[in-house]
Amino acid sequence: MKKPDLKAIRPYGDHLDDGIMQFSFTLPIPPSDEAREAAKLYLEKLGFTHVQIVSMELVGEEFAFFVAYAQSEATLNFTKISVPKPEFPIIPHDQLLKRVQEKIGRRLVVIGGTTGSDAHTVGIDAILSIKGIKGDKGLEYYPCFQVINLRAQVSNERLVERALELKADALLVSQVVTQQDQHLKNLRELTQLLKKTHGLPPHLLLIAGGPRMDHRTALSVGFHGGFGPGTLPSQVANFIVHELIRRMHGHGKKETSSGRVEEHVPHKAPPKRLSLFGWLSGGGKGS
Amino acid sequence: MRHSTVSVERAVLRLLGINDSYKGKPLANHLVESLPPEKLAQGISVWFGRAMATHRGDPTALALRIAEGKISWDLPKMDMETSRRPIIALARQAVRRLEEIAEKKRQLIQGVHQARPLKYVIVATGNIHDDVVQARAAVLGGADCIAVIRSTAQSLIDHVPHGATTQGFGGTYATQENFRIMRHALDDISKKVGRYIRLVNYSSGLCMPEIAVLGAIEGLDYLLNDSMYGILFRDINMKRTFCDQYFSRLVIARAGIIINTGEDNYLTTAESFRAFPQVLGSHFINEQLAKAAQVREEQMGLGHAFEMDPTIEDSLLYEIAQAEMVREIFPNAPLKYMPPTRHMTGDLFFGHVLDSLFNLVGVMTQQEIQLLGMPTEAIHNPLLQDRAMSLKSANYIFHAARSLSDEISWSPNGKVIRRARSVLEDTHKLLQKVNQVGLMKAISLGYFANMTRDVEGGRGLDGVIRKDQGYWNPLQELLERPLEVHLPTHGDRSAHRAPHHPPHRSQHRSAPRGPQRDASPSQERVEAPQGERRRRRRSRRPRNFRREGNPAVAGPGQEVTAREPAKPPTPDSPEGTS
Repeated sequence: MKKPDLKAIRPYGDHLDDGIMQFSFTLPIPPSDEAREAAKLYLEKLGFTHVQIVSMELVGEEFAFFVAYAQSEATLNFTKISVPKPEFPIIPHDQLLKRVQEKIGRRLVVIGGTTGSDAHTVGIDAILSIKGIKGDKGLEYYPCFQVINLRAQVSNERLVERALELKADALLVSQVVTQQDQHLKNLRELTQLLKKTHGLPPHLLLIAGGPRMDHRTALSVGFHGGFGPGTLPSQVANFIVHELIRRMHGHGKKETSSGRVEEHVPHKAPPKRLSLFGWLSGGGKGS
Repeated sequence: MRHSTVSVERAVLRLLGINDSYKGKPLANHLVESLPPEKLAQGISVWFGRAMATHRGDPTALALRIAEGKISWDLPKMDMETSRRPIIALARQAVRRLEEIAEKKRQLIQGVHQARPLKYVIVATGNIHDDVVQARAAVLGGADCIAVIRSTAQSLIDHVPHGATTQGFGGTYATQENFRIMRHALDDISKKVGRYIRLVNYSSGLCMPEIAVLGAIEGLDYLLNDSMYGILFRDINMKRTFCDQYFSRLVIARAGIIINTGEDNYLTTAESFRAFPQVLGSHFINEQLAKAAQVREEQMGLGHAFEMDPTIEDSLLYEIAQAEMVREIFPNAPLKYMPPTRHMTGDLFFGHVLDSLFNLVGVMTQQEIQLLGMPTEAIHNPLLQDRAMSLKSANYIFHAARSLSDEISWSPNGKVIRRARSVLEDTHKLLQKVNQVGLMKAISLGYFANMTRDVEGGRGLDGVIRKDQGYWNPLQELLERPLEVHLPTHGDRSAHRAPHHPPHRSQHRSAPRGPQRDASPSQERVEAPQGERRRRRRSRRPRNFRREGNPAVAGPGQEVTAREPAKPPTPDSPEGTS
């Protein structure tokens, strides 16, 4: 079998480098021969070739819904791609506890909650509650954490208030409602508020989670880490411990990347089958 | 009843016709907020009545002058009759209006055959005018019910916004004007398609009773209205919710609106396989609380959902068992069946398959209202094309499997029946536990949706009013009187069959009737052929869900009805149960 050229990859339809892609979209015009042609031309305008409009249907009175296939000549150099992600080793439970004992010598205070108007707690509960998810126990299971779950609809002010009161080491903020990037707005407001607040530990770790969340996005709103669908509690636990040790002792990334004694397992994006934060859609069934 | 709430008092004002707004805030809010607490404890009606008797003139104009501060609440003493007379006249008029609304609705659906399950879709653009475009497209694609999703967290705003709105987060604000715009658009399209299109909104959150009033006035058909949803999922105070739901349901009952309860939500926080007894238990509680507020069985759109983990072997059978048992336990309720959300991952192709099975179970178990799942659930609010895809799937499956339910009987000791039995037994145990501790305590212990809520906690507690001895609420008094003439609602239950089915099918099939769960007079009113068909359906299947001689499953409904073991917090006793 021919190997893909990682310096010039293309979509795979039926064979390597055929560049076939599938589309579905709607135009605000009713179906007609002209509408079909318009859909085809539109895809060609986007740079696609061999456009086939395989279905055109009326939606309502004045819309046409298309399903189409087309090919692309464009290629991409995969070797040049880099995505920022939290780097930390995943070490077994008992070693993690030992690590906290040796390096920090006390329990870490972890406060979690879903902020803003968001009523969903599935994600934060899966990470925090002892039950965990997919057999992976939640942070409450770790004696090295003192977990406070504020659950849903926590205002940013309350979160900060509790963080001050309990001297939080890490804040976990879950956001499920993502319409019009509402979640990013909330998170930005929180980081602003934290900046203005005096008396918080300087190493305070900010972690965001949710169906539309990833590490890069989290960094962009002033957080230190972001976790998306499929995240396991053990990943979050390891991130908290390693990152806090780094922040408290200013060791930089050396410590975590050297691997030291323990087995070094790089953090990989888990398979996307069951989403953790993403079980619920925003704005869904009840208001 | 020891408490009222600011929202109940505002709803009273709205029923009396005070629906305008001043400086961006509804007059109803201005009035209730400006009235000193010791006066509010007697009810807004007492004091607004005095104001009317003193100053005369149009109630709205008077309310405006009070809001402007031109008239104070320092009103002269007067005899009770003088102060009450103007209010009683308005209140009677309001109740008459609600009854007319119910009657009008009944006429609209009379003779219109709409196949069941009714196809219910959501629009949520944030702009009411765009919502209209999407709703029209959906109706032309086969939708029977249009729900306008509210802007995120509207349920936590302590007033109802005013006027048409074009911006919202994740939905469109529920306002009286938005209701009117959408109702008008749906009436227009109803004529075109020859079906009656139902309009849905949310009588929930801090303004539950007011939305019930506005929804009734503007001809809404379904209102999401749950006795516990706000407590569990919105962290609204229990006393507030129990008072609010009672008054809102009195209004809803009279206006012939169908409530949609929110038990399906429990399955979004807990796994359906284990949590379904909570759903069924909550159905019994919602049912009893609804009955206490004059809501008839035909108005109880109890909600449940297809939410089981698809990786469980035979999950489809368990879903069928659950849907079927709810159908059989509440034969007169226009059940609302909710689609998968928890296991929708963004893989819209698999999601479409899951939704298709959900549609099959819906038609197979004869649900009344099917909230269509969207392939793009968990990604974004449905695009125009998502809704079209979803309707196409439902149109096909409902049509292709129209009579499937008539052909099925379940193996007497098979997985479906056993599942239903075990759910029923667990439900009974749960209700017994609730009975022991009382409903409020049960909620605070996390018996429902795995949420623990404190009796004195949550939002809106500051809006709970302890009633003074002289408290007076003429609307509540009028609405608590049982309906003399029973107005059937849009429970056109015959329509599970397509109209072309000859009516005689039901005649030679007069199977013996199963035991009536509750022979309320409302059941007797159902037009004969429809009622007949309904009973036929109930008796058609082997009734194995209830094991003979086992008191644990002898009929939890009767249990609750007879002894009220769940201590449904009759609105008299938000305190008593705590």
